[in-house]
Amino acid sequence: MRQQQFEQTHEPLWAEYRLLLQRLERGPGGVRWRRTARERPPPDVRVERLPRLLRSISGHYALARSRGYSPGLVEELHQLVRRGYRQLYRPRPRWPALVRDFMLGGFPRALRRHASAFWLACALFFGPMLAMGLACAQDPALVYSLLEPAQVADLEAMYDPTNARLGRQADDDVAAFGFYVMNNVGIAFRTFAAGLLFGAGSLFILGFNGLFIGAAAGHLTRLGMGEPFWSFVSGHAPFELTAIAVSGAAGLLLARALLAPGPRTRLAALRLQAAEAVPLVAGAMLMLLLAAVIEAFWSASTAIPATPKYLAGAGGWALVAAYLLLAGRSSTGETDDGA
Amino acid sequence: MSTSERAPIDTLRVFETPEGVDLSLRLAGPVPRAAAYLLDLLIRIAVYLALTPLLALAGIGSGIMLLALFLLEWFYPVYFELRRGATPGKLALGLLVVHDDGTPVGPSASLIRNVLRAVDFLPALYGAGLVTMLIDRDFRRLGDLAAGTLVIHAPAAREVRSLPPQPPQPPDRPLDLDTQQAILDFAERAPRLSPARRAELAEVLTAADGLRGRDAVERVLGIASWIAGAR
Repeated sequence: MRQQQFEQTHEPLWAEYRLLLQRLERGPGGVRWRRTARERPPPDVRVERLPRLLRSISGHYALARSRGYSPGLVEELHQLVRRGYRQLYRPRPRWPALVRDFMLGGFPRALRRHASAFWLACALFFGPMLAMGLACAQDPALVYSLLEPAQVADLEAMYDPTNARLGRQADDDVAAFGFYVMNNVGIAFRTFAAGLLFGAGSLFILGFNGLFIGAAAGHLTRLGMGEPFWSFVSGHAPFELTAIAVSGAAGLLLARALLAPGPRTRLAALRLQAAEAVPLVAGAMLMLLLAAVIEAFWSASTAIPATPKYLAGAGGWALVAAYLLLAGRSSTGETDDGA
Repeated sequence: MSTSERAPIDTLRVFETPEGVDLSLRLAGPVPRAAAYLLDLLIRIAVYLALTPLLALAGIGSGIMLLALFLLEWFYPVYFELRRGATPGKLALGLLVVHDDGTPVGPSASLIRNVLRAVDFLPALYGAGLVTMLIDRDFRRLGDLAAGTLVIHAPAAREVRSLPPQPPQPPDRPLDLDTQQAILDFAERAPRLSPARRAELAEVLTAADGLRGRDAVERVLGIASWIAGAR
């Protein structure tokens, strides 16, 4: 078949396909999150024709190439196939269902799949914390081995029982919330990313933060500021500390891919483990958002006495444990673990 | 994606679609990507500066500012990659982020490649990312390697393709497929060439017949018209 005959035969199909592509590519970057009445293509261009049209035009492209039609026509068909391919195979996440399934079961399931990495991260985080806390409670000089004197003074000022707000000098709850989100989620993301440095980065961040928190706890308790400190941290600690350990576990997954890739190349193992780590990172972020809410609007309040705060803290630990151990086990649950 | 050892040194990557045809992607190197990053940085700074009047609201204002800073730092690329295929800076330079099978980037890969920026940035100014891009034959930084993504040049806006109208003239002798394609290519490009260059190229084919200048061009365009099937 000569080129011009070929073009004339198929031009109506190409025209329909071009129209369909234009419709699909309009809207937000061609992504159709919701098909509202305003965006719906008119009945003459039916979206469900895309797979069939793409298949036909892929065939035309292959024919044009093998028959040696003009480079311009081949390139035009190539572009048409490329555009259609982008539309047909575009990921279309259904966010509400995705987020709901993730929170109800996807996240705890992902964490239970990687329980060993999680326990290792816990040991690397809570171990130094406990050791440093006990040591600083005994030795008044030890805290200065980790913190500058100015930092220690700041710390003591934050938990001064005469403060209007505990745990910080900024006096606004919303500002504190913004800061906690930025700081803590940032730490979680970096803890994960630093796993790419053969695990050394995650190890360092986990250990350093563990030592820091332990030093603060031990030092303040020794100075008799135990009640303001412990009542402040007890509410959000279950969520915040667990989330940091979870992000550490995500970082350790990357490290394992590089150090012990198993029966894969390091690159393939890295791709696999990074995808496995995504639910952990996303889950850690959600837990830290919850922790930031508690820390900003509950923990800092001096109007609430210490006892309810301790009870809330105990309840928080029980809730975290129950959620991570039990959620998402029912057989009726969703099976999609993507984040 | 074909990364066979015999592939030529080129930034074109060919992969086969489920429909059974080969598509090619043109990879974007460090220079346009750095330029896109700078553009994005300027946009982010501009957004941040536009929000500074919020600081007048004291507590709540600074809370929103801090949240905005967090979102701009970590989720600006993720949001735009999922929504539009790439950040505004990349789109301005005609770049797209795709999975290495050519499909638009999804939530998981986008989160990985953007959170791992923290490591690509080390030790300063994307040093690790740049070194990795220069070593990797697909210009991937560490985040791209872990996420399985590529940054490509978006398909160029297609120029209008048309053979100049010319009465068909059959060639004197059978032409092989390569020659036919070369003639068709010439005919499609002819309107964009200077008359002198057009004639020079046409004479390569017609010199033996003694055709020169305009005659040569008309002769070759006639053959192109004949090959394409005009009757």
